[in-house]
Amino acid sequence: MVVKGFVRKGEYHDSVTLMRVAKFLSEQAGVSDSAIVMATEENKHVLSAAGLAFPEIRNAVETDLIMVVKVESADKAEDLLAEASRELKARNKNSEISYQPKSLDSALKILPTANFALISVAGRYAGDEAMKALQRGLHVMLFSDNVSIEKEIELKTYAASKDLLVMGPDAGTAIINGVPLAFANNVRRGNVGIVAASGTGLQEASTLISNYGAGISQAIGTGGRDVKEKVGGLMFLQAVKLLLDDPDTKVILLISKPPHESVLKKIIAAVKNTGKPVITTFLGSDPTPILKAGLIPTITLDEGAWKAARMVMGRSAAESVLEVNQDISRTRAQLDTTAAQLTSTLAKTQQYLRALYTGGTYVGETQVLLNGKIKNIFSNAPWGESKIALDSMKSQFNTIIDFGEDEFTVGRPHPMIDFSLRNRRILEEARDPETAVLLLDLVLGWGAHKDPLAELIPVLREAQTIAKTAGRQLPIVMCITGTDTDPQCRSRVVTAIKECGVIVVESNAGAAYLVGKIVQSVRQS
Amino acid sequence: MTGSQKLFESKLEIINIGLPDFTLPFQQHETKFVQVDFRPGLQANAGACAKALLQTSLTENANQEVMEKILAARPAWTGMGIARDLIPGMRENTILHAGPPISWDRMCGPMRGGIIGAIIYEGKANTPDEAEELAAGGVFEFRPCHEHNAVGPMAGIVSPSMPVFVVKNETHGNVAYATQNEGLGKVLRYGAYSDEVIARLKWMEQTLYPTLKGAIEKAGRIDLKNIIAQALHMGDEVHNRNRAATSLFYRALAPWVVETAKSREVAVEVLNFINGNDHFFLNLSMAASKATLQAAQGIENSSIVVTMARNGTDFGVQLAGTGGRWFTGPAPVPDALFFKGYTKDDANPDIGDSAITETAGLGGFAIAASPAIVQFVGGQAADAVNYTLQMYEITAAENNVYQIPGLDFRGTPTGIDVRKVIEKNILPFIDTGVAHKNPGIGQVGAGVLSAPAEPFVRAFEGLFG
Repeated sequence: MVVKGFVRKGEYHDSVTLMRVAKFLSEQAGVSDSAIVMATEENKHVLSAAGLAFPEIRNAVETDLIMVVKVESADKAEDLLAEASRELKARNKNSEISYQPKSLDSALKILPTANFALISVAGRYAGDEAMKALQRGLHVMLFSDNVSIEKEIELKTYAASKDLLVMGPDAGTAIINGVPLAFANNVRRGNVGIVAASGTGLQEASTLISNYGAGISQAIGTGGRDVKEKVGGLMFLQAVKLLLDDPDTKVILLISKPPHESVLKKIIAAVKNTGKPVITTFLGSDPTPILKAGLIPTITLDEGAWKAARMVMGRSAAESVLEVNQDISRTRAQLDTTAAQLTSTLAKTQQYLRALYTGGTYVGETQVLLNGKIKNIFSNAPWGESKIALDSMKSQFNTIIDFGEDEFTVGRPHPMIDFSLRNRRILEEARDPETAVLLLDLVLGWGAHKDPLAELIPVLREAQTIAKTAGRQLPIVMCITGTDTDPQCRSRVVTAIKECGVIVVESNAGAAYLVGKIVQSVRQS
Repeated sequence: MTGSQKLFESKLEIINIGLPDFTLPFQQHETKFVQVDFRPGLQANAGACAKALLQTSLTENANQEVMEKILAARPAWTGMGIARDLIPGMRENTILHAGPPISWDRMCGPMRGGIIGAIIYEGKANTPDEAEELAAGGVFEFRPCHEHNAVGPMAGIVSPSMPVFVVKNETHGNVAYATQNEGLGKVLRYGAYSDEVIARLKWMEQTLYPTLKGAIEKAGRIDLKNIIAQALHMGDEVHNRNRAATSLFYRALAPWVVETAKSREVAVEVLNFINGNDHFFLNLSMAASKATLQAAQGIENSSIVVTMARNGTDFGVQLAGTGGRWFTGPAPVPDALFFKGYTKDDANPDIGDSAITETAGLGGFAIAASPAIVQFVGGQAADAVNYTLQMYEITAAENNVYQIPGLDFRGTPTGIDVRKVIEKNILPFIDTGVAHKNPGIGQVGAGVLSAPAEPFVRAFEGLFG
């Protein structure tokens, strides 16, 4: 047996801690005797009497700590003393739970196993915070906008080298491991993997897939700039690669405004001949190179979503394409009938479409669908033959407005949360005798308005009353993006909106088709 | 397997920096998360920020050396003496004051009051008017305590005849000085200079001092680090609350006083004086803190704060890595609870060297240990805990000896890193007494304040400029 110990000068511990660690030490295997005490004269006598004294004790004073152990070997004693020292320092950090940390680093102290950072602070700080998160090995979703493209490239290049994801900047939506991030919906889990450079596009596709009965494996948002030449699709490509390797992803759906030619080439090169079916919804882009590469191009978000859903529900690619195309034709035939009925109620002055959107992707999709079909479209986010709206605040001819553009959002919340500007505009359009039909979107899910009906229904009713008082009928067409498991519950919202006499169409593309028909018929009659 | 694939196979654990509403789905989807209460950093010049980043490892190494010194320091009370005999650079016409350097014309009321009192006490003037004339006339040199290895609470006045505690850092050998605490009410440190103030100072010089001197000579030393550690376990943070520390000190001291005092009457008088002043230990906790931090002064490249001090006009900061340079900005008026009859309008801007306790990981940094005084910080024990937890964000280490029972004996946040203050925009949290802005009135309240940003920004730019 050897007696080994040490004296720590001026190290003070309360007696409860000392007793706790003394108990710990005495319970260790092979310990024949031990002590952890402050070096008071009395304690020193006790140690001597117990045969636990060692030379250094003689000069120790009552403010010094003595730790001593009696075991069979010196090595064993060293180990035990080291272990007891660690035990002496062990702290329970649970008491921090109520504290809100002020920085990433202190958050990591509370949740050291964190693997993901969701960043939504102002753009001028967001880039630096994202870099800090990457440097600490976290994947990042960067919801914030106003991050420079140079910073975006720096972040994504760094992330790619560390095999980390950077979704964004300006990534509104993602669903990772079934967890909705930022503006996202509660959707079924399943086997469609989505990569999207467009937030609302991702919401539309993922909810349509879920409502169709299929589900999402992963939905990765990249931010709209990712597919531009400068960023070169850095994250889009990495996300595609991940989904190709992901065993839960059976079908891949790619969503974007048309990627830059060079980026498109890289995407095609990455996905062709991989054995996994790939569907693209590159709104408004030429389908030829995509078809040539053996991928499935689609024109609208609903078409892409439904084809993907059908494919993971047991149909072959060819069957899915055929059947969904038939379904869409059938639906459109019904919408033609609806359009005819609505047109017949319109007054002579009512000629134009007024589309007021909160989801940016819809503004693009609607113009893609109406391009060439109706003339004189003005928009604050024009596409194709549309002209730029001279004044976003005032409609002229057919007008399609994106309320998510800067002129509406500086200094106020996103229009999916704050309805006030669009609500005012709805009433203005109702007063305008030239308004033939009103097209609105309503996006549900996390991040969006928690109780949209309370604000929207009175406005819809008032709009109809305004028109009626002026001797007109005002058709209102809406697409409502969401699922029944969303906090707002889509079916409940749809029922309430329909009760106001509003026509709710399953998808934005369907809604756009319907209003297009109405405006076309008005011009013909 | 790649990092991103691993992400798909593990549970998401999220740090949310920004909109708190984004965590709502995490709760529903049983996803672990921590919300960060983000705030943008303080604005410092871009060159300094870039240099700070570039010098990260240099700074880290220096800071490690600094923290080793600070944590290893072992302050003990080892003796008594007279300022003129002990304090380096103290001349017959020197008067030391709290905070960074300041000229007579910029001094606040309580500091002027303290100086007037000291001049009368020294017998250089008979009336306040005479004293004021001498003070304004350039007869005296006014110097910061901190530049003379000393610290003083509130006005922090030390004149040549005043007795001082000698506090030695036994690990590193350096020594710090502080006067004996006068008690509450009308006292010199709050700028009072009436006859009773002077009479008390004389008693302290003629009765208290020799008795303490005899006692400590017999005792040899009294370990202050140990008393402070125990006091933290007994509800003190040794800045605004010193009741436990004073009691422990009294226990350690009393037998020696009884043994060595000139007479039983003197022993009773001295022990009753200490017993009647819950803040008697404050000057010792300050000197202990000063002796601790002195050891780290002058370690190049270090961004650790070794001094925070206020003179009632300016708030001053010194870094370990910037030698004797002061970085200053206007001192704020504390957020306080006021004694009956007084309001914030009566309050002087923050004053005193006592923020040396916070600099050493005590005071406001250890307020979680002191639930008894939470009425100063919002009334709930949780508020005090949160203040301490916040200070971990800007400090380099957790103390190895000073612990907080309520945080499961976690070491107090120690060693303010000016880089973290700038980056996180979290300013040191300081407990403090509040002086009346006019001389001669005394204490009007007690409370807390966050240090002003300006001196820290300047210090950061000074180090990395």
